[in-house]
Amino acid sequence: MLRVEPRREASPALTWATPVLAVVLTIVTGFFLFLLLGVDPLAALYAMFVSPLASVYGLSELCLKATPLILCATGLAIGFRAGVWNIGAEGQLILGAIFGGGIGLFWSPALGPLALPVMCLFGVLGGMLWAAIPAFLKTRLGVNEILTSLMLTYVAVLVLSTLVYGPWKDPQGYGFPQTQFFTDISPWTEIPLLLPETRLHWGFALTLLIVAGAWLFVTRSLVGFQVRVIGLAPDAAAFAGFSRTRIIWLTMLLSGGLAGLAGLLEVAGPIGQIVPTISPGYGFTAIIVAFLGRLHPLGLVAAGFLMALSFIGGENAQVEASLPQATTGVFQGLLLFWVLACDFLARYRIRLAQPAVGRAVP
Amino acid sequence: MRQVRLPRRLLLGAGLGLAAAPLARRVSAADPLKVGFVYVGPITDNGWTYRHDVGRRDLEAALGDRVQTSYVENVPEGPDCERVLRQLAQSGHGLIFTTSFGFMEATLRVARQFPNVKFEHATGYKRAPNVATYNARFYEGRAVCGTLAGHLSKSGLVGYIGSFPIPEVVMGVNAFTLAMQKIRPDARIKLVWVNSWNDPGKEADAAKALFDQGCDIMCQHTDSAAPMQQAEQRGLMAFGQAADQSAFGPNAQLTAIIDNWGPHYIERAKAVLDGTWASQDTWNGLAHGEVEMAPYGPRVTPEAAAAADAVKQGIIDGTLHPFTGPIVDQKGVEQIAAGAVATDEQMAQMNWWVPGVEGQLG
Repeated sequence: MLRVEPRREASPALTWATPVLAVVLTIVTGFFLFLLLGVDPLAALYAMFVSPLASVYGLSELCLKATPLILCATGLAIGFRAGVWNIGAEGQLILGAIFGGGIGLFWSPALGPLALPVMCLFGVLGGMLWAAIPAFLKTRLGVNEILTSLMLTYVAVLVLSTLVYGPWKDPQGYGFPQTQFFTDISPWTEIPLLLPETRLHWGFALTLLIVAGAWLFVTRSLVGFQVRVIGLAPDAAAFAGFSRTRIIWLTMLLSGGLAGLAGLLEVAGPIGQIVPTISPGYGFTAIIVAFLGRLHPLGLVAAGFLMALSFIGGENAQVEASLPQATTGVFQGLLLFWVLACDFLARYRIRLAQPAVGRAVP
Repeated sequence: MRQVRLPRRLLLGAGLGLAAAPLARRVSAADPLKVGFVYVGPITDNGWTYRHDVGRRDLEAALGDRVQTSYVENVPEGPDCERVLRQLAQSGHGLIFTTSFGFMEATLRVARQFPNVKFEHATGYKRAPNVATYNARFYEGRAVCGTLAGHLSKSGLVGYIGSFPIPEVVMGVNAFTLAMQKIRPDARIKLVWVNSWNDPGKEADAAKALFDQGCDIMCQHTDSAAPMQQAEQRGLMAFGQAADQSAFGPNAQLTAIIDNWGPHYIERAKAVLDGTWASQDTWNGLAHGEVEMAPYGPRVTPEAAAAADAVKQGIIDGTLHPFTGPIVDQKGVEQIAAGAVATDEQMAQMNWWVPGVEGQLG
């Protein structure tokens, strides 16, 4: 008979080895899956995981795609450490795009060279504003932030639609739902490129700086310590006099602000205007990125790149290997399955047990 | 972007210690034209994307070895499209169809970087030397549907499920209403927006609400078959959208507007092969077979069928235009003068509503 029992302590090495092992197992499973489907597994895996990395342009696209994922996940991870479950980064991202983009549309000529910094600032403020609503409801009325932050995402989508189909519509756009291009209004709204001839802009470098800052914040600051303690041992934190209300506000505003910045970087960067669909679900995917990265800044950078690669690889597989789009979903599902399975085995051991008397078998 | 990318097979071959593939492949006359398709939805949506994919398969069937097609489905409208397009252009596609309005800017940007690749964008209005646009005159089909509704509705009240208030949708609602009022001057349309092209849940809810308000026929400008299923359940009537949906409403479907993209895809691929391709705007309808009507359902009376056939024939012959003046909008402004017909430009920018359309008019 098999019995599952917790390990006394999970080894740190195992904690970091499991995600790597999960990736390897995903690729191995994928290999056999392709074999069963009658597809050349090497060519398919090459199209998915290697060809996106085989050129400078491919790498720049990977960084571009990973930017909003990493930015959102950085904020979310700090909240998750404190047990604050902000599920609405997608909505906060949209509000950031609306606030920052609004500055670009209406005030950028007056701001001159300050346009882009002010847009970034308002992007952050927009995301914070949207995150402040669940924070207020949670701290004042005890409303579950998972529900409110998630539901506000749908409100954000409607706010965006109302603006883009209504007052913000490009007057020269034949009634189609999109605003003017920011660069047509003021050249100072453009984010400078990090690599010429690509779409990769300085927002990526800013993101890496923010990740480094977040790392210092969590590991070195007193507030970062409080965040960790509240997440790990709420009673001990209360006993030590740490204010849970303050931490909820702090982590919600931080994660909302970073999501808002991600939204602004999308509209001011590769999109160039405000359109009805700004993000294909970056705010939600970032939740997976945060957990895949063990809520650790370095881990979630790696996880962000991995998720970005799975999206781009899925597109490549369709073009180069004629595989269906569902391949992307299957691979992401496999990856999560193996991460959870490896995690489980890192924390529990399975034993051949003697028949136990008077003991429940889980 | 002019960087050298190693052929995939070379890299793989080298990695495996096998014979290397030829370094460069020269394009010869015998090489098939690679035609790429970018879809916004899944090819299984039974509507918009499904019909584009049927067109792709028609193209393969018609031109056989002379073409080779590939597609990328579920591409979000946003920065991802640009990468997918570039990937298709870089991998040797000579003709690329982008089949959603939201791909417009990305198509133009990538087209500038690949002047030798021909692009065709569906439903947009911006063109370039290597970017053509195409759409179908769906409003012609709406006029046929409106005629049927005028004969068959008992309450004189028709429910209309709208996606977004863009000219394409406004045009369809107005054409339907005008045709219905020709038969029944007191006819009214109740319009509900679901803010999505494909959301079966919301579409079903909208259909229920409209039927509850006394509508006995449902018309839609969204992609799922959910409204058709609602009509079938209640023993009422509906029009299919984009594809024949009689499988979902064998008794309810009166007819359906079927998108038929095959002829256009075949014609344009031939033009590239012959070297006669030029940037242009294609807007064909019933006469060219790009818009087809599904066979009439069991509820259609002989009288209604005769009237609908007459409208269809009139449009094909050019003796009838769905937007023939005088047409006055809801504010009392004359939009089309007596005796005149709407120009293509007037239709492509339509943002006014004819009397008899009720609801939140965007």
